Amino acid sequence: MAERLLEVDDVTLRFGGVVALDQVSFHIDEGEILGLIGPNGAGKTTCFNVTTGVYQATSGDVRFRGESLAGRKRFSITKLGIARTFQNIRLFNSMTALENVMVGADAQHSTGVFSALFRLPRHRREEERGHTRALELLRLVGIEQRADELAVNLSYGDQRRLEIARALATEPQLLCLDEPAAGFNPAEKAKLMELIRTIRDTGYTVLLIEHDMRLVMGVTDRIVVLEFGRKIAEGSPAQVQDDPAVIAAYLGVDEDAADG
Amino acid sequence: MSTAKSAGAAGSRSRSFGDRVSGLPTPVKVILVIAFALLLYLLPIINPPILSTPDTDFGGVLLTVTLYVLVALGLNIVVGYAGLLDLGYVGFYAVGAYGIAVLTSQQASWPFLLALPVAVLAALVSGVILGGPTLRVRGDYLAIVTLGFGEIIRLIAVNSESLGAAAGIPDVGGPPSIELFEVPHLTWDGWVATLDLDDTSVFLEFSVVDLIPFYWLTLTVVFLVIWADIRVKDSRVGRAWEACREDEDAAELMGVPTFKFKLLAFAMGAFIGGLSGALYAGKQGFISPNSFLLLYSILFLAAVVIGGQGNRWGVIVGAVLVAYLPERFREFTEWRVLVFGLALMLLAIFRPQGLLPPRRTVRARRAEHEIETLEEGDKAHG
Repeated sequence: MAERLLEVDDVTLRFGGVVALDQVSFHIDEGEILGLIGPNGAGKTTCFNVTTGVYQATSGDVRFRGESLAGRKRFSITKLGIARTFQNIRLFNSMTALENVMVGADAQHSTGVFSALFRLPRHRREEERGHTRALELLRLVGIEQRADELAVNLSYGDQRRLEIARALATEPQLLCLDEPAAGFNPAEKAKLMELIRTIRDTGYTVLLIEHDMRLVMGVTDRIVVLEFGRKIAEGSPAQVQDDPAVIAAYLGVDEDAADG
Repeated sequence: MSTAKSAGAAGSRSRSFGDRVSGLPTPVKVILVIAFALLLYLLPIINPPILSTPDTDFGGVLLTVTLYVLVALGLNIVVGYAGLLDLGYVGFYAVGAYGIAVLTSQQASWPFLLALPVAVLAALVSGVILGGPTLRVRGDYLAIVTLGFGEIIRLIAVNSESLGAAAGIPDVGGPPSIELFEVPHLTWDGWVATLDLDDTSVFLEFSVVDLIPFYWLTLTVVFLVIWADIRVKDSRVGRAWEACREDEDAAELMGVPTFKFKLLAFAMGAFIGGLSGALYAGKQGFISPNSFLLLYSILFLAAVVIGGQGNRWGVIVGAVLVAYLPERFREFTEWRVLVFGLALMLLAIFRPQGLLPPRRTVRARRAEHEIETLEEGDKAHG
């Protein structure tokens, strides 16, 4: 069996009286694509926020390669190897696409004021590496010809792709994509599925939140279904599709919307 | 490092002044920069008719302008690069000035060059002490806290006897003079210049009578700071600052230790502010709390905002305008503040991004505008 990469262990998260996550447990193995689905407000993004350190779990534990993430700062979780994109795009708007990705690549770097001031070998080496890596990743997601454009000037689809490139630049072992296909047309979705598979084949593990059922069913190895903060099902796409609880909670109600 | 690349990419866009300059071959650029720097050094010697200030000593005015430029460069790191609104920047300026004053006046009588690093270090430490607890708050709250800091520093000075209380500290020491050679000034009769061998500046004699040597010193410091600014901005550090400014949460999640970098920006800003305060004290010979009023924090910020925050060349222009114009038009004494205020308002209305904003701001605005027009078009169709 592949190695356990991330373990979400009995996590509960409360905001005052609201229970956003209720004893949720699941895990991701190295090299797989895990889909996280559920109706709106089911707690998918909250789940992301717990794994990336934005929120601290009220109880339970999140472990990455056996190491607890509790109490870790957000940037150090990123350096540990978890990177994410955002449901509502959050790029560094007045920086170029290339610079955006280089900020991600800088997670691996340690140049300080002194190195930069005197152009020490470390600065030159890291600038060179960051620049090369950023161009590579822009090419991977297919927007290398827009490298010198400001992020704000990119088209919506390119901005989503740039977010993926920026997250990959931090050299994660686990890439969390929060609705990467939101607002895409079918052709763009097909290309995105292709990209996610390429990313997995390059050696990354992917945690994917997505509303589009066809995309989720087509690309994931395993699916976890949340509803009202609770896990109601887990299994292969085929198993989940036939699960009566899932059909009741999600597919049965939302079938038209999901196909549309 | 990125000049060749950006010059290539700039071909399709309209070529700006910056593009033209960076498109020139390197030796030409070096010669241009040296010539321009030389011109700046010689400016008080040349004393050109229209530029020169009729009612005040031109060398002194140029010195004040350079001190403002230094302050604006420091504040630009905090406000322009890292996006932290600092309304108490004069506090660091005061720490630097009082540091020099206490160490070089009768109480301690240190030589200026020994006191300078200590005073500047004190300013840097004060920046870290202020930033440590306060950089956890954001936006407006940070502005309020820094506003308080500036006032606290001034009130400490007013109320402590050892700092001279309201009267200030007299007999502040200046840098040591090395008298090497004399530089004759030009005098202008209409548009004809003649070399005046009786009116000379001594290189390098720092005195209250002739401020030109002090101007040369300060200008050199400004060049050093610009050099450092360029190098730090074009590195991991500069990118991290900009990322913090653009979206702090996203930056943190992309592995940027935002608190550390914000504190660094604060410390570097405080360092440069302290440096200019220390030079100011050395030039002035005496200091009093009245030189560190809230008004100056606002003026410094005005210089940065007028010029175009985030663009070092812009804030230099802003600082020059803020410091120079009131001196040039001294004859309109009681009107000048009113005119200055009006000019600020007009600028805020017609050019809110500053006179010389970073080019990316201009481009970003244009793009936003285009997107808005497109969206409006879509709505009209739908």
